[in-house]
Amino acid sequence: MLLFLEQCLNGLQLGLLLFLLAAGLTLIFGIMDLVNLAHGSFYMIGAYFAATFTVLTGSFILSVLLAFAATLLIGMAVEMIAMRRLYGRDHLDHVLGTFGLILFFNEAVRLIWGPAGMNVPLPAWLNTHFTILPGVEYPTYRLAIILVSLLVALFLYVLVMRTRIGMLIRAGATNREMVGALGVNIKLLYTLVFGLGAALAGLAGLMQAPILTVQIGMGENILILAFVVIIIGGIGSIRGAFIAAILVGLIDTIGRGFLPDILRLILSPRGASAIAPAMSSMLIYLLMTVVLVLRPAGLFPVSNK
Amino acid sequence: MTALLTRRNIVFAALLIFLAVLPVYAAIGGKPFLITLFTRIVILAMAATSLNLIMGYGGMVSFGHAVYIGIGGYVVGILAQEGFPSGFMQWPAALVVSALFALVIGALSLRTRGVYFIMITLAFAQLLYYLAVGLDRYGGDDGLTIYNRSQFAGLINTSNKTQFYYLCLVLLFGVIGLTWRIVNSRFGMVIQGSRSNDRRMQAIGFPTFRYRLSCFVISGTICGLAGALLANHTEFVSPAMMHWTRSGDLIFMVVLGGMGSLFGPVVGAVALLVLEEVLSSLTEYWQIIVGPLFLLVVLFARGGISGMLAGASRG
Repeated sequence: MLLFLEQCLNGLQLGLLLFLLAAGLTLIFGIMDLVNLAHGSFYMIGAYFAATFTVLTGSFILSVLLAFAATLLIGMAVEMIAMRRLYGRDHLDHVLGTFGLILFFNEAVRLIWGPAGMNVPLPAWLNTHFTILPGVEYPTYRLAIILVSLLVALFLYVLVMRTRIGMLIRAGATNREMVGALGVNIKLLYTLVFGLGAALAGLAGLMQAPILTVQIGMGENILILAFVVIIIGGIGSIRGAFIAAILVGLIDTIGRGFLPDILRLILSPRGASAIAPAMSSMLIYLLMTVVLVLRPAGLFPVSNK
Repeated sequence: MTALLTRRNIVFAALLIFLAVLPVYAAIGGKPFLITLFTRIVILAMAATSLNLIMGYGGMVSFGHAVYIGIGGYVVGILAQEGFPSGFMQWPAALVVSALFALVIGALSLRTRGVYFIMITLAFAQLLYYLAVGLDRYGGDDGLTIYNRSQFAGLINTSNKTQFYYLCLVLLFGVIGLTWRIVNSRFGMVIQGSRSNDRRMQAIGFPTFRYRLSCFVISGTICGLAGALLANHTEFVSPAMMHWTRSGDLIFMVVLGGMGSLFGPVVGAVALLVLEEVLSSLTEYWQIIVGPLFLLVVLFARGGISGMLAGASRG
């Protein structure tokens, strides 16, 4: 039971991280109608920046803030240099162009930071355990990730639903020509939205940096998961992305935790431990298939798209 | 289109003649590695041609097409491992299994459209990728070495590099011929019509889903053949054969050569793989050049090489 609670929290944490990625993806798709495969590269870049700034400044919090800002700037630069030219094109063009960007970013990171992975040490005050229930301890840093992600989700909700810029974002998603005709600087709005999306992906990456090894290609597997999330949730829907992200995070983590035991009931122990990792990797794709077969436009389809 | 001696046709013909005489040049020039490189190119050109059938003519952008390379390869590898070295058994099995997978994947994926289709095909490819990783008996993540190439009872020696190259080349020509027949048949017209306006095709009475699914299965089967060839060529199969970046490469080959052009994928495969070979001999960081090239081709050369040769009409 304790293990189950811990796995649920881990799943929640993965789900919230996926939401940070998926929110950017789905915003960018909903507003600019752009499929951005290079979104995972911002995740990777955020983590690398965090690693570098930790070494430079010696302060974890400071490096987190700097890395977030740096990813935001990189995202806006990428939008102005490359993405802007892809708007209004075929989705195939988006896939191919941003696939090229992945290759570019991976190689650029290898050129700058070298092929070896990096580790980000946690400051001592975060590297502790927190007692959630009597007798149940959970790493403080993972709790901090959950908390920050929830705050970001709340911030996104307020930003999109309660502010003027959010109103413009929603209006832009519905009818971009009309918003442009009403005198809104659409180009600037797009750059900001893209930068925001990139920064959210960077935030997810830099928060993961102390837990995982920072390495080239780290953004790709999680990017595909994020795509699964926005497809299950319905492309363009932030609410759908949130629910699907939590769902995917929980299913993936709990599947990984308990599938070996479940399989052991049916199969021999050796067979079970051989199949379980692959099976649990496949679970979410199976979930996505089932969702798409039942609801081809996702759980929360966005109308008029 | 009626003129035979257009610039494009001359370039295509030159390329085909080059491919046909390549082993002679490799033998005379003392460059046996060229045969190895071009066998790979010819095989991947076949995979790209199969993708072009659904993507270029049918408008179905499959972002998981490399999965059939993997399936074809694994069927050959697994049968070889289990003591069935006969190509007469391995190759038809590879085709049948690829077709069955394509049937299931296609039947589920074709319910969706546009970006959902791109992503669901990618998800299926990931699913099978992890399935291959989980095949503990057949090497899992590390892959499976094939100790004996497919045997054809003395008809053809697949271990002979030149013979195997010509076998691949003949099969590639066969696949291109088949594609030509399909595209110009009534079936092909329905597929192309469905790309332009599916609803209209349905309105005039075609059950387009069935047509598109058949086309998807044909394409997957051809790609499975390419996988069986690739497994024989590298004498090794691993999950990396169906990694999603391989699917991306296939899409790029088709777009680079020219979507919906019969010989485009061959041109694209030759161009991309030769470029990779040249660049990787120049610098370790060759992808920093290839990556932006993807973007530039998308932005400025939409008809691909084939479109550029044909002039501005396709742009």
